[in-house]
Amino acid sequence: MFLALRDLRFARGRFALMGAVVALIAVLGVLLSGLASGLADAGVSGLRALPVTHMAFDEKATSEQFSRSTVEQEDWQEWSGAPGVERAEPFGNTLADAQVTQGAEKGEQVNLAVFGMAPDSPLAPSPTRGRGLEDGGGGIVITREIADLGVEVGDVLTADKSEVRLKVVGLVDETVSYGHIGVAYADLDTWRHLHYGLPGDLPEAARRQATAVALTLEDGADVVAVEKATATRADTKEATFGASPGYTAESSTMALIKGFLYAISALVVGAFFTVWTVQRKAEIALLKALGAPTGYILRDALAQVVAVLVGATALGTAIGLALGSTMIGKAPFSLSAPAVATSSGLLIGLGTVGAVVAVRRITAVDPLTALGATR
Amino acid sequence: MTTSATDHRAASDAAGSGGLRLLDVTLTLGDGDTAVTALDHVGLNVAPGEFVAVVGPSGSGKSSLLAVAGGLQRPTSGTVHIAGTELTALSDKERTAARRRHIGFVFQQSNLLPSLTVREQLLLPLHIDGRLDAAARARADELIEAVGLSHRAGSRPHQLSGGERQRTGLARALMTSPAVLLVDEPTSALDRFRSTEAVRLIAEQTHERGTATVMVTHDTAIMNTADRVYEMVDGRLS
Repeated sequence: MFLALRDLRFARGRFALMGAVVALIAVLGVLLSGLASGLADAGVSGLRALPVTHMAFDEKATSEQFSRSTVEQEDWQEWSGAPGVERAEPFGNTLADAQVTQGAEKGEQVNLAVFGMAPDSPLAPSPTRGRGLEDGGGGIVITREIADLGVEVGDVLTADKSEVRLKVVGLVDETVSYGHIGVAYADLDTWRHLHYGLPGDLPEAARRQATAVALTLEDGADVVAVEKATATRADTKEATFGASPGYTAESSTMALIKGFLYAISALVVGAFFTVWTVQRKAEIALLKALGAPTGYILRDALAQVVAVLVGATALGTAIGLALGSTMIGKAPFSLSAPAVATSSGLLIGLGTVGAVVAVRRITAVDPLTALGATR
Repeated sequence: MTTSATDHRAASDAAGSGGLRLLDVTLTLGDGDTAVTALDHVGLNVAPGEFVAVVGPSGSGKSSLLAVAGGLQRPTSGTVHIAGTELTALSDKERTAARRRHIGFVFQQSNLLPSLTVREQLLLPLHIDGRLDAAARARADELIEAVGLSHRAGSRPHQLSGGERQRTGLARALMTSPAVLLVDEPTSALDRFRSTEAVRLIAEQTHERGTATVMVTHDTAIMNTADRVYEMVDGRLS
């Protein structure tokens, strides 16, 4: 670093410009990862929060499983008894529109992502306020996004068209959503009323159905036989995220933007250090003539690259975090340490790769050019 | 005419205790029809403490002589000995190390690094060799004083005059206590008065520190400062 540090100080204008570009890319990187995790949370935080490992869907439903799949009572009973299955229970999923018909915000229109489950199952919510679910009471437990509209415990909502009455019995004070819609938990019969749009008594057939079988499987459990017997297919919980509306498109768009960003930054860093190395050609020849091994010059140059990248990325990340924290709550935005670390790490890593390609030309400089009038 | 090879005193000194010895060195550049003989059976012995000047027009092979003597280029045939080591028998890596430890270069227009102060220019060769210690720092200060730049120790090249730069280059070359000092056109950027000053300083340091010094120049006015003068024409030394 003998020369690298002094060059950094001497050519600080040029390096500051380069550092500013990297820092701005780091800011953008943090904001994009925040937006990506925010969008992912809005899409699937409800599914992520479920204490299960897999979901089994009707094998005929190969996409948008949550709206297309129907499973029967025999299916979850069969799954319960299968080897390697710790727990299996019915799970219902449906999107519903409702209106506040009793409460402070009377007339307010509310979108609900309704998750149906047995009140005594581990899937059922533990409300921060109010009570939990009960069978057959038409009660629901709402989450923060719905509460933010002014809906409170004790209010009554009425579903559009079917006119099924829903009594808000509890609140989970967390943002839990599915497909960008706030989740409301309901007991299975209430969920079935909403799902089939049927107020009053449910037909016997409907009472034996759900969307999927929520499963907790042992590690490495072989479930091919039970899949075959029930005509269902078990997906890991993470694989079901793709079934959430818009999730795949959003995450691939964000990944594409981030990919381009990293590629651009690697190219910019590579271009800068190419020009810088070409400019230093006479100096490099001199160093070699003075007896510096190529490794010494390469180490010096790479230390400089890493110093610039780490410094600029750290600065940009700090600015990005400061900006990002003002966005939380106003946009689908959430900052997670691993995502920010990955983004910053990739920026440094790929920038170094770009610069390595550039400083590699140090090896080709002939010390002989130090002799004669080279300057 | 490679008369110097028969200089008995120089030959024994060069082979024994150090100095520079070129024996029947030929360097051919390019190949086939475009081949050029840059050095044609050159022999040269320079004893420690001896200052040899090589004059000649440009294109006569002077720079090739320095390149081969300084281990920057391998001769097509012949041998080069430096401080008792056969430079031409070494691997590329060993030659680089030999350059670092036993050879001092003073380049045309001094060739300093723009971001380093005078003092740092001197410390660099020892940092490269991993020997940057208190003794090295003391030696740098001593050399800066010897070339009369104490008041400029913290200046960078763009703040120095041509003469000061050249003196910095000389001091840097002497930092590693080299056995051989190779000087390339030291006066190309200097006026008449400063040229004489610069070459006198080189002669003085050569005698004081016992380096075997070879200076190539096309400036015949400065050659009388040297102990011996050779003329180079078409790759031959006379």
